[in-house]
Amino acid sequence: MKVPVSWLSEYVDIDISLDDLADRLTMAGNEVVAIERTGWIDDVVVGYVRAVRPHPDADRLTLVTVDHGDGEAEVVCGAPNVAQGQKVAYASIGAVLFDAYSDEPGKTRKLKRSKIRGVVSEGMVCSVRELGIGDEHDGILVLDEGARVGTPIGEVIGESVLDIELTPNRPDCLGIVGVARDVAAITGNQLREPDVSYESTGPDVHELASVEIADPDLCPRYTASVIEGLKIGPSPKWLQERLASVGERPINSIVDITNFVMFELGQPLHAFDYDRVVDHKVVVRRAADGEKLVTLDEKERKLDRDMLLIADPERGIGLAGVMGGANTEISDTTTTVFLESATFHGVNNRRTARALELSSQATLRFEKGLRSGLSEVGLRRATKLILEIVGGKAASGIIDVHPGDGKERQSVEFRRDHIKKILGVEFDSTLVETTLKNLGFNFRRRDYGWQVRIPYWRPDISIPEDLVEELARIIGYDNIPATTLSGRTPKWQSQPALELRRRVTDALVEAGMRETISYSATTTTGEARINLPVDTPRAIKLRNPVSADFAVMRRTLRETILETVARNSRTWRGPIAVFEAGSVFLDYGEGLPEERQMVAGAFAGPRNDLHWDASNDSSDFYDAKGALEAVLGDLGIQAVFEPDEDASFTPGRTAVVKVPAADHLAIGVVGDVARDVFAQFDAEVESVAMFELDLAAVLKVVQDSGKSGKFEEFVRLPASQRDLSLIVDTGTTAGQIVEIASRNRIVTSATVFDVFQGEGVPEGKKAVAVRLVYQSPNKTLTADQVAKIEQQTLKQLLNELGAELRV
Amino acid sequence: MPTTQSSESVEELKIDATSALRSADSRDQLEAWRVEYLGRKGRLTSVLRGLGSLDIEQRKVVGASANRLRAELESLFDERLQQAKSARVPAGSIDVTLPGRKPALGGLHPSTQMIREITQAFNEMGFQTIEGPEIELERYNFDMLNIPADHPARDQFDTIWVDQDSRDDILLRTHTSPMQARVMEKTDPPVRVVVPGKCYRYEATDATHEWQFNQVEGLAVDEGITFADLKGTLYEFARRIFGPSRKVRFRCDYFPFVEPGVDMSIDWNGRWIEIMGAGMVHPKVLENAGYDSDKYTGFAFGMGPERISMLRNDITDIRHFFANDLRFLTQF
Repeated sequence: MKVPVSWLSEYVDIDISLDDLADRLTMAGNEVVAIERTGWIDDVVVGYVRAVRPHPDADRLTLVTVDHGDGEAEVVCGAPNVAQGQKVAYASIGAVLFDAYSDEPGKTRKLKRSKIRGVVSEGMVCSVRELGIGDEHDGILVLDEGARVGTPIGEVIGESVLDIELTPNRPDCLGIVGVARDVAAITGNQLREPDVSYESTGPDVHELASVEIADPDLCPRYTASVIEGLKIGPSPKWLQERLASVGERPINSIVDITNFVMFELGQPLHAFDYDRVVDHKVVVRRAADGEKLVTLDEKERKLDRDMLLIADPERGIGLAGVMGGANTEISDTTTTVFLESATFHGVNNRRTARALELSSQATLRFEKGLRSGLSEVGLRRATKLILEIVGGKAASGIIDVHPGDGKERQSVEFRRDHIKKILGVEFDSTLVETTLKNLGFNFRRRDYGWQVRIPYWRPDISIPEDLVEELARIIGYDNIPATTLSGRTPKWQSQPALELRRRVTDALVEAGMRETISYSATTTTGEARINLPVDTPRAIKLRNPVSADFAVMRRTLRETILETVARNSRTWRGPIAVFEAGSVFLDYGEGLPEERQMVAGAFAGPRNDLHWDASNDSSDFYDAKGALEAVLGDLGIQAVFEPDEDASFTPGRTAVVKVPAADHLAIGVVGDVARDVFAQFDAEVESVAMFELDLAAVLKVVQDSGKSGKFEEFVRLPASQRDLSLIVDTGTTAGQIVEIASRNRIVTSATVFDVFQGEGVPEGKKAVAVRLVYQSPNKTLTADQVAKIEQQTLKQLLNELGAELRV
Repeated sequence: MPTTQSSESVEELKIDATSALRSADSRDQLEAWRVEYLGRKGRLTSVLRGLGSLDIEQRKVVGASANRLRAELESLFDERLQQAKSARVPAGSIDVTLPGRKPALGGLHPSTQMIREITQAFNEMGFQTIEGPEIELERYNFDMLNIPADHPARDQFDTIWVDQDSRDDILLRTHTSPMQARVMEKTDPPVRVVVPGKCYRYEATDATHEWQFNQVEGLAVDEGITFADLKGTLYEFARRIFGPSRKVRFRCDYFPFVEPGVDMSIDWNGRWIEIMGAGMVHPKVLENAGYDSDKYTGFAFGMGPERISMLRNDITDIRHFFANDLRFLTQF
């Protein structure tokens, strides 16, 4: 909302600086986002035209002697309207003026001393356009005779406009008077309400027109007046300027007055050509389905029965509170006006405007749900202004149909203790009453506090809390103390899913991975790249996605993590080790979808940063698996990695992660991403290893086992370690060897520490070195005992895997 | 006799000089030795200067021996100097300027870091962290928060709706506030929670607007909770996140689910920057969730961790957050 300060000052004195005013309005809830100033130009002052004589060498130019308070100057002037005795805007050399000849808005140029047709011009007499306050450039701006010579021009023509970002609860501030009320309340200055009284000399209005409200649910009040004997033309300059200052185009005197009152009081009005309303009878009713109306913008609108129509007995003549009909539009020939000021249902008005894509200044106000009291005030104000500005005779009385009476809340019981209850501080009664009065609220003292009458301009006031806010914002939030929250603290409730995600995230970060966060939406074709499992539920479509790239909610994190790898592969030369922990959205058809917490991670590029003593190898499967092992180790989950197939991964280089203690529940997968999958991501790395962990499954495992974090006393007896170097078939897995080697409970660990194929190892075989640690919980083992267990182990390895000792 | 004296003194000089040289270890000591014996005013030079007083034969003999001694001492000196220099690199020395073996360091996303910092500040004030669904029902996202259908306040929340055949009341939550309603519906007072999570708005993306963003919501409800408590709690929060000397401002603002409403801003290089919206929970919101609004009061607040991170870390484009560029992420 643009609030010109000169207009605002009509209703309230502003005796603080504009910056202070802006600050205090902002603190009180009407945020002033900018103060726009126009007409304040340095080196331009009020000048007096002492003499005008012709230019010796140019017919259209004159030489003007200007008294500028600090002496006289002779300027060359091309304006036809310059005349001796005028007060003008005189710019001295060096003034920065708007360039009247530039197409570029706001372009300025500095005034230089120049010779025009042989005569030196000591400055310039300015036009409206050169001063940046209008478009006019046919002549110079002639100021009021009263302007004092030498006064800086800003003090005469300068305007400041407060740009206020209004909140939707304050439609009253969509009228300048509403803002003035806040200014009055903040400063304690008196509000000057616009005069709404007028003399009506015409016949009783009820003899001239009638109104019937057929659908009172959508129109709680309809007031109207009739003004006869009008001659309609353009409105006066001051009125046009007022409208221009809030961005409205002048149309004609009647329409301009209705618009002026809307910007003044916040009540939208509409004027009909009385003689074109059939039977001078207005009916407020729902439109019929398919009923048509040509609106003021000459467009034919197709209506439905949810839209409220202003009609005469034969046809629609306006779309209530949205736009008038072309058939009853005010024109030059109009002599009698039927003036409407009504209250329409906010939600209905908003729906109609949206359905027809007709957002208007009227709807901006009506949709907030105006109080019916405002309509009468607006009607009387506009009628008065028509009589004053256009002339004519007002019918006596007003038409006032108010089926909504009794449905609006009229007052609020404001208990004294409510202030303390909400704010935590008490205000004394004088302060409360002064503040309410300054806001224009009427009240009666009661034993409990005050019964406050809801003012007609404040639809947002309905409960005591609203009044508490009024007090707090005017007295100032700064004047309310700050206290420490005391009282009961709620019982702590475990949040296992959240805690698990945090723990897994931390473990991955400690494992050297970088957390990423992607958009939660994607496309089905994008997701199809990773070969989603066939049993994946269908994607959740968005009705209005921000772009086609985000048409559905994601069902996997694999796509986005690969996308992250691909994007970084083009710009990042070091190791790429990234993961994301977040929700995927699975629609099983009933109500809200499942938001399953998943983690996906990927490794690509070199394993290490470039380093003098580190390998330049690319990261691979075992990096991804290692990160998973770190997480599982941290969680105390004993998991096994079994070869598996998964369409995102390369066959033979994929493992499913299962937890034997939890019925072999699968909790994740790890593998090298299949080449044909990865090829679709346009990445500049050779390969990507990826893992995925289903946190919902992990949570189940952790909760069921219930033993993580338990300390086991360690054995203090000495342990022996022996290494076995085995020759096995290449198809034999480390897992198989370790499983057999660990069978004896005396063997506390079996670790594969070397795998070798090649020279000295027969074709089809590989050498595997395993370190076994032998430790008994209750005695020191002898070399013989260890050797005996080793022999048993070797025998089992031979029998089951054909493993032989390497010699 | 001066002759014998001179010739003896070359011998003496040799003994003195060689023994002194042996005991000189450092370069400073060696330099002092050099000045004493070989310098321009040194002892050997003075012997040579004294040659003039001898007869020609003696001069030859002493001169030759003194010059031999000079050559000898110079060579010994060079040797000792080399030894002293090499003594500075003990055997087994390594190049300590070579980079160490630095373990690969991972890192949390800046949004996660900020969310953790924010939630921790409130955790320590007794607020528990909880989470809620990102796909929400209109009822929780709007209706129960006193934002009925077609309310003009809905303009403040440009909503992305889920396209479903069977129902049209499912949406991507536009704020974390629906958890206010969910928490109160499920638990009795006292309530003190913080709710971090992703939110979504139908919004054109630019340097300061993202359609996906995180929010941290907070809610405290019980008997006797006041606006003064709201101020105290949020002051304490601001002190922790922005430092004890940061200026904080509370001004009136409007959100349909609070009354009175608050905007908390901080002074950032002389400009007030809005950090969060807050307010006393609207009695209708309490009642919608089944709380007795005569008995209970509370406050709620909500803020954007990305916006706070942008301020504190001088990030000028919000689109960095979900672009996952390691050149961005590794700076945090």
